[in-house]
Amino acid sequence: MVDLKPKTPCAGLVPLRVGPLSLLEDAPGHMTAIAPYLGQDAALSEALKAAHGMAAPGVGRMSGTRGARALWFGQRMILLIGPAPDAGLVKFAALSDQSDGWAVLRLEGQGAGDVLARMTPLDLRPTQFKRGHTARSDCAHMPASITRLGEDAFQIMVFRSMAATLVHELKIAMGRVVALQ
Amino acid sequence: MRIEGKGLVEGRTPISFTFDGTRYQGFEGDTLASALLANGVRMVGRSFKYHRPRGVMTAGSEEPNALVTLGFGAAQEPNMRATTVELREGLWARSQNRWPTLGFDLLAVNDLAAPFLGAGFYYKTFMWPRRFWERVYEPLIRRAAGLGALSGAPDEDRYERAFAHCDLLVIGAGPTGLMAALSAAKAGADVILADEDVAPGGRLLAETIEVDGISGAAWAREMAAELAALPNVRVMTRTAITGAYDQGTYAALETRADALARRPGAACGTFWRIVARRSILAAGALERPIAFANNDRPGVMMAGAVRAYLNRWGVAPGQSVVVFGNNDSAHRTAADLDEAGVHVAALVDSRHYATCDLDVPFYPGAEVCDTQGRRALESVTIRSAKGEERLRADCLAVSGGWNPSVHLACHMNPRPVWNADLLAFLPPENALPGMVAAGAAAGDFSTRACLQGGARAGQEAARDLGFKGGELAVPMAEDAPCDIFPLWQVPGRGRAWLDFQNDVTVKDVQQAAHENFRSVEHMKRYTTQGMAPDQGKNSNVAALAVLADATGRGIPETGTTTFRPPYVPVPIAAIGAGGSGKGFAPERLTPSHDETRQRGAPMIEAGLWYRPGYFPRDKETHWRQSCDREVNMVRGAVGVCDVTTLGKIDVQGPDAGAFLDFVYTNMMSTLAVGRVRYGLMLREDGHVMDDGTCARLGAQHYLLTTTTAAAGQVMRHLEFVHQALRPDLDVRLASVTEAWAQFAVAGPKSRELVNGLLDAPVGDATFPYMACGAVRLGGINARLFRISFSGEHAYEIAVPARYGAALFSELVARAEAMDGGAYGMEALNVLRIEKGFITHAEIHGRTTAFDIGMQRMISAKKDCIGKAAAARPGLVEEGREQLVALKPVGAVKELLAGAHLFNAGDPATSAHDQGYVTSTCFSPTLGHVIGLGFLKAGRARIGERVRMVDHLRGSDTLCEVLDPIQFDKDGGRLRG
Repeated sequence: MVDLKPKTPCAGLVPLRVGPLSLLEDAPGHMTAIAPYLGQDAALSEALKAAHGMAAPGVGRMSGTRGARALWFGQRMILLIGPAPDAGLVKFAALSDQSDGWAVLRLEGQGAGDVLARMTPLDLRPTQFKRGHTARSDCAHMPASITRLGEDAFQIMVFRSMAATLVHELKIAMGRVVALQ
Repeated sequence: MRIEGKGLVEGRTPISFTFDGTRYQGFEGDTLASALLANGVRMVGRSFKYHRPRGVMTAGSEEPNALVTLGFGAAQEPNMRATTVELREGLWARSQNRWPTLGFDLLAVNDLAAPFLGAGFYYKTFMWPRRFWERVYEPLIRRAAGLGALSGAPDEDRYERAFAHCDLLVIGAGPTGLMAALSAAKAGADVILADEDVAPGGRLLAETIEVDGISGAAWAREMAAELAALPNVRVMTRTAITGAYDQGTYAALETRADALARRPGAACGTFWRIVARRSILAAGALERPIAFANNDRPGVMMAGAVRAYLNRWGVAPGQSVVVFGNNDSAHRTAADLDEAGVHVAALVDSRHYATCDLDVPFYPGAEVCDTQGRRALESVTIRSAKGEERLRADCLAVSGGWNPSVHLACHMNPRPVWNADLLAFLPPENALPGMVAAGAAAGDFSTRACLQGGARAGQEAARDLGFKGGELAVPMAEDAPCDIFPLWQVPGRGRAWLDFQNDVTVKDVQQAAHENFRSVEHMKRYTTQGMAPDQGKNSNVAALAVLADATGRGIPETGTTTFRPPYVPVPIAAIGAGGSGKGFAPERLTPSHDETRQRGAPMIEAGLWYRPGYFPRDKETHWRQSCDREVNMVRGAVGVCDVTTLGKIDVQGPDAGAFLDFVYTNMMSTLAVGRVRYGLMLREDGHVMDDGTCARLGAQHYLLTTTTAAAGQVMRHLEFVHQALRPDLDVRLASVTEAWAQFAVAGPKSRELVNGLLDAPVGDATFPYMACGAVRLGGINARLFRISFSGEHAYEIAVPARYGAALFSELVARAEAMDGGAYGMEALNVLRIEKGFITHAEIHGRTTAFDIGMQRMISAKKDCIGKAAAARPGLVEEGREQLVALKPVGAVKELLAGAHLFNAGDPATSAHDQGYVTSTCFSPTLGHVIGLGFLKAGRARIGERVRMVDHLRGSDTLCEVLDPIQFDKDGGRLRG
């Protein structure tokens, strides 16, 4: 039987450390795009809560805790991150496996927000974009999902194929920010 | 000359720098201009057209004369204003627009020819012969006139771009801006306070004015410290707001102090996009000159600038100064100079009613009417009721009043409003949504009024945003009324300059009016007034006053020209920061990228994706050798190709079939689970948008593929159709392109190769042509599709993308053991041309299903997007250009994509155009060159001969028209 070795999207590119900033790859077990069918949003939220312990997140929000999170991922779409989706969810929503489709990076450390200010037009002021807030936006000309995980910690997701460009751009921006610290 | 005990740079670190090859000393905190003046350097440049000697005139970013080039090589920066260049150790600056040297400039002969070089001279002079304009005259003029030059090498300066957001943007950190920022911040608003200077304070740094009983500079320092301590305030110095745009967006250029810019990894400057809910324009005002004969000699300066050099940098710009003005700024300059012990030769005030209690020679109701001096000012002629009098002076400080900096308020097109009392244009009310002007920018010229105006504007902006509080006690300061008497030009012989940077004189403007360029916009274009890097900051108002006079209109009727961004020059390198080279666009790399590069494959860009052109092997020296081998490999054994880049879209839901019937021309709802169908999508206008496959993975689950290039477009189209046209259908869409790595395995040995990997092998009975389904491979869940883009028995195998790299290596290694291997885009292209399969070379946006011979794919049983439009008579005419194949049959064996087709007997002109060639290749299978193209009524002309002519590349080939499918027309090999 053939033995295929898996490779993460950012293998060989991270971890990166520049001054107090670090860029790490998160490799969640599963990622599933969940898109509720007509009129099933509430039922889906109930089912999510029952199966995975979190309600469906509102627009621009993330629900759940570390290890099992639900991320608002676009118009009436949720990304379940962590667990394999409960089989019962297909009654309420279309499920698409995205486990391998996105590079998931975590940018942490003092000045992380300043780094992202060089990458994305999003308003990331702590008063406007709090922990658990998420947005789909542009990140260095790449379609991205950006989420605040903590005071100085963000999750950045881009298409798997763009991981190298994202890491390259982030590395430059991290250097720029650290140089001014 | 430095004055002991004056200025804010005293006691600072000495710095040495070089100007035009000579070493000088200055201090930390100096600008290049202040350091040059301190060293007695008065001539720093030559003027644009006449190459007149010029010296420092202002102390800010509006400087028209003191333009220098900094640095060498690629980082050479032309047209830097010496008045804003921070002095740093080793700074190396050069004067511009002179040859061979600043002191001895051969092109100064232009000044002697001045009578012939007036407004519009080149429009009149260089009209004949016409072809000389581009080749002779323009290069000549460009050499003689002009300012600094770029190096011609790519700029390696490391600029960056960034975004910032705030509740309130305060533009300018003078007394107005400081009060506005503090008051809004105290109320709780998020504030950005931006100023182009190196420190907050504005005019307070340049004056002896006291605020709250302490020096203005000290008060500004205290305010800046208080603001910096607030968490909701961001003070951005060295940051010029350069433009105001829609929805509260402002552009800003931040330059970085040299010490910071030199740190490893640092950027030398940042181009900001600042989004603010409200803004306060506290940009102050710029002092304007008065036009009189020879008012451009080095040593003639703005009165406020003379104070700035004296009070801020401790520099006296001259030893004997004449001060001239029509307002109290002149008096203030005379007082400061006198106080500092600098000789004031005369205070000339054009206001006849003016009084003065200073101990200086005072000339009320008089004017300066001329100046003398060779390379710099030597004496000044004063005209009063008593007659003309000449006084020795090496500096003439001039004030013609103040122009509020209304620019940003007018960037969205509204025009400023004339105030006849202040003799100034003021920002119009509600010029820019969310912006108010305050302080000198709004016509409040006293310090106290600025402080009050700033505090009020800050508080109101905060209140408007829902914050409460922010009341500030307004400190005491001078509150002198504005007293000004109109004086734009002093009559007299000799040229009187309006625009120093572009060498435009009063006579030029009058000449423009005389020749009927009476509109201010026409005058600007005819004379070039206001066009240089200073964008007329010094000259606009005076020039239009002269124009108003010349045309017999008032100033408000004459109006201003359009204010446009940027407020100060912005390097293109800053606006486009990060966009050079590969920074221009992201790269999308396939799962097989590393292995592909290791095999030496050159890459072809397909959209953002990088795909291999071919895989060279030993002894292959030309791409065609590799390509031919790869084609033969697929036709004879097996080839492997990464097709991950093709778009993959999950379409799921109870109405998925109905939805697909609506977007595809053909029927998808009837597709059986486990089967694939080729599909065609039309645009609303009936032309082909894209083609691809549609696989039914489950009762409610379809998987579409799109072409690589159109993946995004198709996804957007489907979302539009679902959200806007058919929201009634219960269907959900998700792009899964990146989740799966997908490889084509094509050739007679493809099944053998695939079966070697699958946990359970497939056969014709279980897995016929156009079958699809879930398979397992090394214990991994995978998908298999029996589809072909090569015409061979072929599969596409998809695995979760994490296994893609490993699977590609495995597939290629096994293929090579079977006399096969990897193939690239070149071979893929040959294989599909041989089969007559289309790509976006054929479905390029102007072709219909009819044109490509697929009109029968538009199902008669149902409606679909584009169906009605595609049925328009003009789109189904037999005479339309139709898809055919071509092969050369004459002596020339070349086919070129992009070439046009003509009937053999016709001349090759557009009137006789019969069609064009879209794709060509050498077919190793057929042994000759073939091509695809579109030919008028082509399907009925199989067997005819046509000419292919390529006018660009000079090719003329006789071709035979063939059926588009040249290989295995009955498809036996696909099913085999």
